[in-house]
Order: sequence, then C-alpha cells, then structure tokens
Amino acid sequence: MAEAHPVGFQWVVEAMNRGATVIHVDPRFTRTSALADEYVPLRAGTDIAFLGGIINYVLTHELDFREYVLAYTNAASIISEDFQDTDDLEGLFSGFNRETRTYDETSWQYAGREDHAEPAQETKQERQTAQPLQHESHGISLQDEPPRDDTLQHPNCVYQILKRHYARYTPEMVAETCGVPVEQFLEVCRAWTENSGRDRTTALVYSVGWTQHSVGVQYIRAGAILQLLLGNMGRPGGGILALRGHASIQGSTDIPTLFNLLPGYLVMPNPADHGSFREWIEDMGGGAGAKGFWANAEAYGVNLLKAYWGEKATADNDFCFDYLPRITGDHGTYRSVLDMIDGKVKGYFLLGQNPAVGSAHGKAQRLGMANLDWLVVRDLFEIESASFWKNSPEVETGEIVPEECATEVFLLPAAGHAEKEGTFTQTQRMLQWREKALEPPGDCRSELWFFYHLGRMVRERLAGSTDARDRPVLDLAWDYPVDGPHEEPSAEAVLREINGYEVATGRPLASFTEMRTDGSTLGGCWIYTGVFADGVNQAARRKPGSEQGPVALEWGWVWPANRRILYNRASADPEGRPWSERKAYVWWDEEQGRWTGHDVPDFEVAKSPSYRAPAGASGVEALSGDDAFIMMGDGKGALFVPQGLLDGPLPTHYEPVESLFRNPLYAQQANPTRLEYRREENRMNPGGADAHTDVFPFVFTTSRLTEHHTAGGMSRYLQYLSELQPEMFVEVSPALAEERGLEHLGWCHVVTARAAIEGRVMVTERLRPLRVEGRTVHQAWLPYHWGSGGMVTGDSANDLLGIVLDPNVLIQESKVGTCDVRSGRRPRGQALLDLVAEYRRRAGLVGATYPPVLTTGKGTEQ
Amino acid sequence: MTRTNSLYGPLDPARDAGYVDPPPRKGFFTDTSICIGCKACEVACKEWNEVPDQGFDLLGSSYDNTGALGANSWRHVAFVEQGSGSTGTRAPVDLGMPTVRGEQEDAAEAAGGDSDKPDFRWLMSSDVCKHCTHAACLDVCPTGSLFRTEFGTVVVQDDICNGCGYCVPACPYGVIERRKGPSGAKNVGIAQKCTLCYDRLGAGQEPACAKACPTDSIQFGDLDELRGRAQERVAALHERGVSSARLYGHDPQDGVGGAGAFFLLLDEPEVYGLPPDPIVTTRDLPSMYRRAGVAAGALLAGAAAAFLGGRR
Amino acid sequence: MAKTFLNWPVLRQLTGSDVLGRGAAAKSARSEELTARTSTADRVARSVCPYCAVGCGQRIYVKDEQIVQIEGDPDSPISRGRLCPKGSASKNLLTSPMRQTTVRYRRPYGTEWEELDLDTAMEMIADRVVSTRRETWQDEDEDGHRVRRTMGIASLGGATLDNEENYLIKKLFTALGAIQIENQARI
Repeated sequence: MAEAHPVGFQWVVEAMNRGATVIHVDPRFTRTSALADEYVPLRAGTDIAFLGGIINYVLTHELDFREYVLAYTNAASIISEDFQDTDDLEGLFSGFNRETRTYDETSWQYAGREDHAEPAQETKQERQTAQPLQHESHGISLQDEPPRDDTLQHPNCVYQILKRHYARYTPEMVAETCGVPVEQFLEVCRAWTENSGRDRTTALVYSVGWTQHSVGVQYIRAGAILQLLLGNMGRPGGGILALRGHASIQGSTDIPTLFNLLPGYLVMPNPADHGSFREWIEDMGGGAGAKGFWANAEAYGVNLLKAYWGEKATADNDFCFDYLPRITGDHGTYRSVLDMIDGKVKGYFLLGQNPAVGSAHGKAQRLGMANLDWLVVRDLFEIESASFWKNSPEVETGEIVPEECATEVFLLPAAGHAEKEGTFTQTQRMLQWREKALEPPGDCRSELWFFYHLGRMVRERLAGSTDARDRPVLDLAWDYPVDGPHEEPSAEAVLREINGYEVATGRPLASFTEMRTDGSTLGGCWIYTGVFADGVNQAARRKPGSEQGPVALEWGWVWPANRRILYNRASADPEGRPWSERKAYVWWDEEQGRWTGHDVPDFEVAKSPSYRAPAGASGVEALSGDDAFIMMGDGKGALFVPQGLLDGPLPTHYEPVESLFRNPLYAQQANPTRLEYRREENRMNPGGADAHTDVFPFVFTTSRLTEHHTAGGMSRYLQYLSELQPEMFVEVSPALAEERGLEHLGWCHVVTARAAIEGRVMVTERLRPLRVEGRTVHQAWLPYHWGSGGMVTGDSANDLLGIVLDPNVLIQESKVGTCDVRSGRRPRGQALLDLVAEYRRRAGLVGATYPPVLTTGKGTEQ
Repeated sequence: MTRTNSLYGPLDPARDAGYVDPPPRKGFFTDTSICIGCKACEVACKEWNEVPDQGFDLLGSSYDNTGALGANSWRHVAFVEQGSGSTGTRAPVDLGMPTVRGEQEDAAEAAGGDSDKPDFRWLMSSDVCKHCTHAACLDVCPTGSLFRTEFGTVVVQDDICNGCGYCVPACPYGVIERRKGPSGAKNVGIAQKCTLCYDRLGAGQEPACAKACPTDSIQFGDLDELRGRAQERVAALHERGVSSARLYGHDPQDGVGGAGAFFLLLDEPEVYGLPPDPIVTTRDLPSMYRRAGVAAGALLAGAAAAFLGGRR
Repeated sequence: MAKTFLNWPVLRQLTGSDVLGRGAAAKSARSEELTARTSTADRVARSVCPYCAVGCGQRIYVKDEQIVQIEGDPDSPISRGRLCPKGSASKNLLTSPMRQTTVRYRRPYGTEWEELDLDTAMEMIADRVVSTRRETWQDEDEDGHRVRRTMGIASLGGATLDNEENYLIKKLFTALGAIQIENQARI
C-alpha cells in the first residue's frame, strides 16, 4: 500500500499512531513492510493455504463472532447431502466433469434446492463468458429460505462443512506450504482474531495483484470468509479494501468496456441463455418471485436500452433488445490477441493502454498487433504499442520485419486529465468530477471527442442504408451538445444520461428505485442513478473534509445512493443496535422508525429490524429486517457459495500453474477449471513436475515501484519520474546471488518458457529464501515498468509470462511463475530465440503433447 | 539567552539579521519513523522550484537513485538496508569467493533469525538543507547573494550570486552546490539549494515538499512548536518500545546553533549519511576577523590616503 | 521603493539593524518582488489525480493558458492535500518534452512515421471502421445462432478514461456490433 498507494497509506500511519497493529504479507519486502509491525514473507501463490490456515485457527478455537455469523452469514444453512468435498475427491468438489473440466453445481445447493443449480452444460459457457463476474454482484438467486440449523451442529450446515474443509490447513501445513514459520503464523492468527469482534474490527487490504492468479477470485473469497467469520464486514474499520491501480478502473468496471458486461453489471446477452428480452431479464435475477434488489432487473435493463436507442426503443419492440450483439464465448482481451495472431481480428483500438508492455506475454501482444490491418493508438506519448513495428524486441530477433509488416498505425494524441472534464470513480466507488483547467494542445483530444465524432462520421457514412445491420447504428441516441473550438461534447450531458431522467420532462432521477419498466424513464447505468439527483452534479461536490465528519458524505458521490460502506446494516446487531459504542455506524432509531447514523444506511430506511418477510414475498419485500447483505438472494454473506463460482464453493489451495512443488494437500495440482490456451507460443512450465524443476528452479513475481505507473506510459516519459528509477532491475537475495554468481549492479537475465529478459542485479536482504517442504526456495522480484520507449528503457517483465486465466473472470496468472536467473546480459537476435528454445527442450516443453491439467482420476467422464 | 551578531550558539537568526519584529522562525521537522521513501518531496520540490533532472543513473544504493543533496536535488531520500550486512547497498557485494554454506544457515535465514529483535530494517529519510542558525554558507558569501530571510531561513538570491563557490566548502553538511548543468537549465553556474520555498512562505503557503508528503513525515511550521512536537513524538515512540528514536539538529546548543530543519532518526546520524556533530565552519571567524581587521584597517587607511593624494 | 542610492545594500547595512549584512539589508530586488505562482494564477481548476485509484484531489493553477502548478487539494477528505511522486509529477505528465501533440501515421510496410492532419486521420479511421465492419459482419455464428456482430474490430481501453468516455465507447461499439471491447480491469 505504501508502495503503490502512498497517499492512501497516510490513513494506515494514522491508525498506527492510534495503536493499530499492521501486518504485511507479501513475497517481496516493500515500503509497506518497512513500516509494518510484522512482515510475513510467503511463497508466491500460496495465499489460500495461508488464509485457510487462519480460517482453521478461527474455527478450531471457536473464535468466530457467533452472533454476527448466525445472523448475517449462511453458516447455519444446510447444504445438499450430495455435496462432496476436496478431501473426498483428491482436490475436486462433487460434480466435476473431466471432459469439459467444469462443475455441475447441483450438489452444492442448499438442501432441497438442488434444482436451483445452473444446468451443467452451461458452466462451460459461463467460463467462456466470464459470467461469475455477473454473479459476483448478483449473488445467489433464491425464492425461499433455505433450511437452517442455528446450533451449527448439523453435519452438512455450512459451518461444519467449512470446519472440515479447512481442518487440514494446520499451522504446520501452512509452514510447509507457504514457508511461514509456525510461531510467526500463529502471531498473525492471534493479532487478527484478538482485534475482531464486538468492540474491534480488522481491515483486510489487498492490491489487485491478488486477482492475477489462476485462483484469483478464490483468494478474495478466502479473505471474505475470514472477514465474515470475524464479523468485520459492513462495519467501520473493517471490510475488504481492494486497492485498485488506475484512476477510474472501478468506473471502467461499473460502466464497463468489458466484453461480457453492460453498464451497471447487466450482462451482454448470449444466444443460449438470452433468446428473448424476458430470458435476459430473468437471468439477471429479475424473474417472478425473485428476492432482493436484482428483482428489479427489468427496470435496469429497460432504462439502459432506452438510453441507448431513445425513442426507437419501445415496449413493442422489447426496447430494441434485438439490437444488442450477442456474445458466444470467450471474447476477452487475451483471446482477441491470439485471434490477431491468427488473422481473425482486423482493426484494434488502444485507448490509453499499452499492452505491449502491460499485458501478459508481451511477445504475443506485439505479434498480434503486427498482424492487423489497422491499429488506432490514442495516448499522450509514443508508447511501445504504437511503435512495436520499429523498435520491439521482435524487430531485433527478426520476428517482425518493418518492411513486411502490413499494420497501418494511427497514433492520435490524447488530452490529459487537466484538459477535459468528467468523472473518475476511485477505488471506494467514489465518483469525483474534474473541472477542465485548459484546452488540450495541438491535435490532442479527449476520448469523448474522439468517440462522439467517430460515431457521428460513421452514422453519416451509413445514412440512408436499408440494411438491417445498420439500424442499431442509425437508431442510436447520439445527440450530445458540443461546445468550444473543437466541438467538444458535453461530459455533463453524458453524465445526465448515465444518471437517467424522466423522458417526458427531463427531470433527473434521484434514485434507481424511480426507474420504470414502461419506457417513461431512461438511465444509462442504474447503480450511478443519483449522481445527478436534483439536477445537481453530485460528483462535483467539494465541501472541505475539515468541515465534515470522518465519513464526509458531502465530498463527491459514491454508488450506490452515496453509501460509503457497503452492507453497513451489519454494523448494527440483528435488533438494530450498534454492536458497541466504539463501533457505532448505522443503527435503527425506534422513535423515528428509521435507520440512521453516520453513513447512508445500505438498507431500506424504514424497514424495521423486526420485519419478517411474509411467506411467498418477492423482490425487496422478501428481505427481512436482519438480512444485511441485501444484494444476495438469501440476504446472507456467503461463507459457502452454492451458485456462480466455476472452481468450487470454497477456496481450496491449488499450486500456481508454474510451481516448484507438488500440491501438499491434494492430488489435484493446480486449478482444474483454469482456462489455458495451448499453443506453441504459450508454453507453460508445469507445476510439480520434479524432473524439470532444475531447468526453471526459481520462483519469480512482479509488482510496482512507487516511482512508476504500471506499463510506464505515464511515468517513463517524464524526467522527474524517470530519474528516480532509471533502469530495469531484478531483486535477488544474497543467497541466490551467491548461488548464481550474480554481482550487485551487474547484469543478469531471467529465462522462462516464453522469453528471456535482462536487468541490472539488485542484491538485497529484502528478499529472503524460504524453507518449503524441507527445501530452500529462492524468489526473484521484478518491476514491470520498462519497455523500449521513453526516457529510460529496459526489458519488460511481462514478456516472461504465459497466458493462463482464472476461470471466473478470465484474468491472467501474472504474479507467479518459474524461471532461471543467469549472470550477464541476454543474447541478442536469433541467439535469444535459441536460448529460450533450448530451455523449453530441456524442460520437455516440445511437441504436440502438453502436460495434463488433471492430476487426479476423480470426477466423472461424461 | 540568545546573543546577537554571533556566529556560534543559540540565536534568533531573523532578529539578528536586522528584521524588526519578524514572524516566528519557520522550519522542517522530518519524522523518519513514518517516512515511506516515496520521494514525493523530491518531485514536488523539483516541480515547484523548476529544478532540472540530474540524469538517469541507477546507483544501486537500495532505491536511492538521487545519491546526495546537490544543486539539482534539494531534497534527497536516503534508503538504508540494515541486516546481516550482505545486502547490496552502495558498495558492490563481493560474491566471488567460494564459501561453505550449510543447511543450518539456510534454515536460520529462512526462519528470520533471532525473533526478539528485528533482523532487518529498511530505514528511509528525506534530507534537506538545515537552514542553520549559524549558516556558514551565508557568512562566507562575499556578494550578499545568500541571505537570511525574515522567516529565519537561508536563501540564495539568483540575481546576486556570481558563482564564486565560497559557500560550497563552507557547508558542514555538503548541501549547497553550484549548478553544473544540464545546459539550458536556469541558474547554471550559480549556487543552488533549498529555499524552504521562500516564495510560498511569503504567500502564506507551506513548502512544496511538506505539502506533498503523504504521511506527514515532513512537517513544516514554527520551529519552536515543531521542537515541542518532536519531543513528544520521541517520548511516544520510546513508550512504544522504539528506543532507537532520537532527534538530530534540534538543539540550539549544537555546532550550528540548532538547525531550522531537524530530524527524528531511528539510528545514528552517520547511518543516514548525516555528520554526527556538525560545526559551523565559520565558528572561529570573528576572532580571525578581529585580527585581520587591524591589518585591513591599516590597508584601508593607506588606500584612502592614496585616493586623497590622487585628488590632489 | 525607488531605485536610489538609498537602496544600496551597503548603505542599508550601515544604516539599518542588519549590521553584518546578512538579512534585510542583503535582500535583492528580485527577492523583494518574489511571489508564489499559486497566488498569481488566472484560475484554479479542481481536479483529481490521474494515476492510481486512491483519487487524490488536485488543484491545477493556470496562467496565460499554461499550467503553472499542480498540487494537492487540502479540502479532499481522501488525500488532505497530499500527493505521491507521480501525482506530484502531474504537470510533468502534461508538459513533458516527449508529449505527442500531432497525429503520427505509419503506412503499411512503412519504416518511419509520417505526418497526418487530424481531420484526414478521422476520415480514414471512420472509413476503416465501416469497411472492416462490413467485411467481418456475422448475422449468425457457426452454430446458426443469431449474433449480429463483427469479430473484426477489438478495443482495449485504459482505466484512466472518464466514466462518460467509457459510456460512449461501449454505447457506440455495441451499436456497431463490436463485442471484443475490453479494458485494464481484465488485466
């Protein structure tokens, strides 16, 4: 956090000065470790074993916050007796199909609700379309209360399943797997549990390297289980804080430029599930009898379609639902890049993004771009993704020959953040409006300008067309006021549309509850409704923090409904009273008959804690007064996830795809449901294959330096940042340096099954070897900021990575791999390709056979 | 008891420099116990003061690629890796010799060594001009370019400095330096150092580095108040068991009469590259001047006589 | 004060209280006139740092249509006026000598960049979008499902774009039938 989010770290320092204990768990000793009370190095890729160990500690000693757990989680819910756990099936859950490597979720359902499972044949489709990203926000869909045992003794209640599942995650197992000594591990367990409960809360902070694993979603799930068991969710000072890495990366998920989502986490339709408008709505939770806020999905869907196609969208034509193109599988960025290599994609837009350096497998990225018809790059600088045809590593090796590369490249200069107005959504879901300071220089323009005018010009070209395929373009509501010398579209007008308004009067909606299904309102992103409440740009509010309380509700605007802490109903006990005076946040005011407190209650404001949903109730009415997790179909925080996760209802330790060790817990080595692209250029060095651990004998991981920003497109081109970290380097421990004859400040090169890159050697005790399964394991660390452009240049660490994806969200495993580290500079030209080929040969990564994904015989064949 | 027109000992420097009723003396308190080494201070300083970059060299001194305070680095964050000593900091590590290393040592290293005391520390500290009570740079400046401001700080006036460089060796901390480049940068050839953002102070604003500092490791304010705050911080850290916390440069009785920019350190000053007991290099000047003055007076009389003689 | 001999530093030194000539008497004309750029700016825009997702407040000072300073906004309850080295270098980001301010064009098989005016570039890009869409259009996929899309156009956006921008990007591409629209959030 101190390393990549330094200004956020001021609050950690503030907490430390008030007595908070800070524990930092990371393979690399960072600036955060320097200030932490306790630094816990662990083997990269073993976080579930570590967190599972703490869960086991909590359950073994019954240290969970029992009242909270009973009331607000699904601990008491009883799971189908058909459920079989990983201990029974060598690392697989019940329902595994060996052929498709997917699960049938039937046996994971609540007892008696087995018919609620997604049909088995759909789970493969779900992996292809990253649908769990939808489930992440939609939660389980349920139509009645699952059976419970409030004594938590039923053998198939979630609590007991959890207890059995993690029983083997003992401190000794954690030590063996993660390389964390038992005593240090127990210290973490004690600190976490002692600082959680009625009077105290513990926050779990992660940065998004956590998501970049083949089990990334389950990492975060493991954190969620722990925080739910300890009663740390929805409460001040608690929670799970994702420190995201880009100014509006939260916004770009909410109003997504993602292939599988539409604004507000509505799903892009696919022909199999969404043949009709009605099916689309029902799949999002909007079916008859559905429970929770997603029951209103029809309103959200209609308002989006109305915002897209305006007056052309009517109830008679299902609001132009048919105009939405259909997805039919994995259309993620990595799939697209491989399709570029295969010649299927012709044109590519890069908008402030530098995949030649920032995406996994840099060579695949660059070879893909070299095989396009045309490429449009919009950026502040001439980044590597614009100049790949003349100065990429592949030009040096002869794999890209400029005179033979047909890609037509347009590099369009972009406006910077000060040169345009609009909102960013920061990592706590807060929208903040930026005022425009001045006009952009020269030909620099905003994306708003580029896309508005591109759309206008394309529509001019298609005008008069009678082709049905052009109707969605010509019928598009694309009429935004423009202003100034460059005819800049009004960002505020776009924000109004996002917020939504009454069609007849133009009155901005104050809340998504005002959205109608009859077409009388429209709104482009239902979760953002309210940002323009009362016709006021709420994101532009800047009442000084010093004139407000600590929650500062009048600075910017947070979705949904300006709530700062999600699920904050859980900050009060089931009766609506604060758990303690010290941790009072939101509570029920009996006299006024409403929820009140320091934040906007994340609950229906007049729903009494004693309210019980009548039998057969649906929608929001079906949420009882103590159903704190209002977006979940059962109103409960999910310790066990019956629906929606493709790799299991509980986090389970799998080794990284590239690992030096066999999975100490199960025969199944790595995530059995992971998405792999088996191609010659994407060879992975299989985990646990003892015969080859000598070829790639070390673990490597990558992350950021404070002085640079991601792929360097906003830092290597600045002298004041370039001088602070001027060169690519590789951090190694003194022991690894000794073993490989590396000299401090000398050169070394790092070799994987994909590439070899070089950097200067940084010998430092901040990296330390770990003892794992009786062996010493060395981990090297690399920053990933460099490329061939900018004021300071160097090899790109992301070139080392292969492409293997988490099945739930299709994010790559880029935070752990295996490598060799050698003294001296890497070879050049053909010799470089020969070196990598030689390594592959030695590791047996040749020919048409690929290492098996399944390393157990369990599961069914059909 | 402060003296006047002294070059040693406690003093109110602004009043001493002829300001009638000056504002309270301003300074920095840098609490290195909460420094995260982000270098925001270095960048904020350069942006505000238009200090050029000083080239792109990897120094291998942990994460420090600035190296030292100088004409193009008015703030410098030092990074100190303290462990068993085999770490790579400034001096290249000798790893060429074959050594015998047993499993036991590996295990001890993996286990983190003695658990009672931290086996490894990464110390960071943002250094800056000390704005000494007795500033030798100022005392030796023959042009009056270096002067004492009403805030008690020491500032180079670019429009006066002729680049003679007398101030450079005079500084007991090695802070001030003549700007040698890059060509095209402003003030090349002229002595350069931190001004404590004299222009911002005049506008009632705090210096750029202190304003940016994410953790408030760099605190700006009235020196008296900062000294009090620093004492409290040391006491609090001692209470928390951080017995190594100590102040540096806060004492008006020290060799520079107390620094306008002082520090809370977690180790000996030398560890951070700071002189342990700096003494104003002009401490003995007054007595030297007195002796020289007699001779100079005679010379002046002779010169005057010559002028008078010339008029005649 | 008028520039008279009364203003001579030596005279000030001898007649004033600063007899050693180290303070008030040594103050130069430029020092006397020194002002902070933050005080003399024509206007100040309230903004947000473009780097990480903490969302620190920034104040952007503009004078004569040039950015003269970017610093933290002390009113922000998130950042309280502070900025990291990247945020502190925000002016450098916009004023870097390496910044591109004109269109660069690389023709197929070209070995060097060429100049191109913005209007022409926009026309060329619009032409390519229309023709690629036409050439790669699918009414149905291989399995006969009605899909109405193009698989010939992909996009990867940064996560430093504004919400309003992402909204228009998704809206336009969706209407065009382009579905391979992705951003950093997948990475």
